[in-house]
Amino acid sequence: MSKVILSLDLVRKTPVWVVYTCGAMPAAFLIYQANANLLGPDPVKVIEHELGLYSLKFLISAMIITPMYKHLRINLIKFRRALGLLCFWYATMHVLTYVVLDQQLYWNAIAKDLVKRPYIMFGFASFLLLLILAASSNNWSIRRLGASGWKKLHLLVYPSALIASLHFIMLVKSWPLEPLIYFAIILGLLFYKAVNTIRQKFRIL
Amino acid sequence: MDRYKSVFKHSDVTPKETYINRRSIIQGGIAGVASMLSVTNLSAATNYPRSSYSTNLIPNTLEDISSYNNFYEFGTGKEDPSKHAHVLTVKPWSVKVDGLVEKPGNYNIEDIIKMGVLEERIYPFRCVEGWSMVIPWIGFPLSDFIRKIEPKSDAKYVYFETLFRPSEMFGQKYNILDWPYREGLRLDEAMHPLTLLATGLYGDELPKQNGAPLRLVVPWKYGFKSIKSIVRISLTENQPPTSWNMQNPREYGFYSNVNPRVDHPRWTQATERPIGQGLFSKRKKTLLFNGFEREVSSLYTGMDLKKYY
Repeated sequence: MSKVILSLDLVRKTPVWVVYTCGAMPAAFLIYQANANLLGPDPVKVIEHELGLYSLKFLISAMIITPMYKHLRINLIKFRRALGLLCFWYATMHVLTYVVLDQQLYWNAIAKDLVKRPYIMFGFASFLLLLILAASSNNWSIRRLGASGWKKLHLLVYPSALIASLHFIMLVKSWPLEPLIYFAIILGLLFYKAVNTIRQKFRIL
Repeated sequence: MDRYKSVFKHSDVTPKETYINRRSIIQGGIAGVASMLSVTNLSAATNYPRSSYSTNLIPNTLEDISSYNNFYEFGTGKEDPSKHAHVLTVKPWSVKVDGLVEKPGNYNIEDIIKMGVLEERIYPFRCVEGWSMVIPWIGFPLSDFIRKIEPKSDAKYVYFETLFRPSEMFGQKYNILDWPYREGLRLDEAMHPLTLLATGLYGDELPKQNGAPLRLVVPWKYGFKSIKSIVRISLTENQPPTSWNMQNPREYGFYSNVNPRVDHPRWTQATERPIGQGLFSKRKKTLLFNGFEREVSSLYTGMDLKKYY
């Protein structure tokens, strides 16, 4: 038990920049792999896919912080902003890969995709929501909006995550397991949030 | 029949040493000596005559062709088949021939290979997912095989089945598709001289992940029509069920001819990404019937290709 407490203490004492540095590692590793030609015959798809996947992973890890605190008494709230911003930066690199390496700045095709392809629309919508969240992920915005206003705005993380996981499901053929797992986790988090909100509203426990 | 005339230009001709080494030259600046050494292991010499139906396109490397596959029997990831297909037993192998034929029965692979003259055919390969490769197949026209099994006069379609063996094909334990994998062609498509029964590539036997020991290659259709590891060929009067069409009829038609003007409901088919050209590979325009318009468009005269996608 004391060991657990000690390790939790260690986690608490970890400065936030460590999370940013660790979070940048997968991107750095991808760049290294691309340079060393280790990404196989279709490096663009691998980069695009991995960046999107990391974005989704950081999104889920940011969303899981509150339930962890409430139920497991593990307080990692000071890392939440870093995780959210990492999610946004990976999403940005994911979008840039699509625009520059995949579509090769062929704006006509991108514009067509945006109005015709639901999975692209979903991906883009999710990214826009993340942009709003990232732009307001600073102390100044919290002061401007007030704690309750800021909290309300950041409920946007739920539609953003849901749309992002649907974007993943829609771009694969058939029904492979991986995108469904992400979808299930996000649905679970959404359900948890909904139940909690209703409980608080009606003051039932 | 007219000698095949390719839309692919004469300037596409490339000496074999060059195409084998092409990727290592492209990557030379980055990966350097290591990749130069690895490509020398490729079996370069092919003892099969180049068919007059071959294009002169520059093939992808054997490494690209055998490590980037869709073969859901061995997993849904592109690299899964190259990791898992080695457990497949391909000897002995026989193909059950039934339906509307005069000569039904079980044909051994050794006998099938003798039904035609093996030759090399370099074909472009366009996946419905929007990527493409160029593959130097070894095989013989499917029409040679069909003539030997003697179709009855009422036969209108050819139906194919892939091996169903979940003990070796672990993907078949999941309902990702309704197994076994099924495909079909209209008889005139099957008899077209471009349609190939492939037994090898790059002058060697087919790698297992590419559909050993016997697969179909229909170069003007999306890749999933070119069924792998065939164990059954039937001639039928009615249009046979086909796997991707059963899975999602709105997205995957029976014909599935490569057509830049008919988009997949979820993505465009106007362009394609050539595989194996590194990080900055340029997208190229997809051609109607994958470049074989002159050879095959007469098969579809008067048909609305948007309706019969």
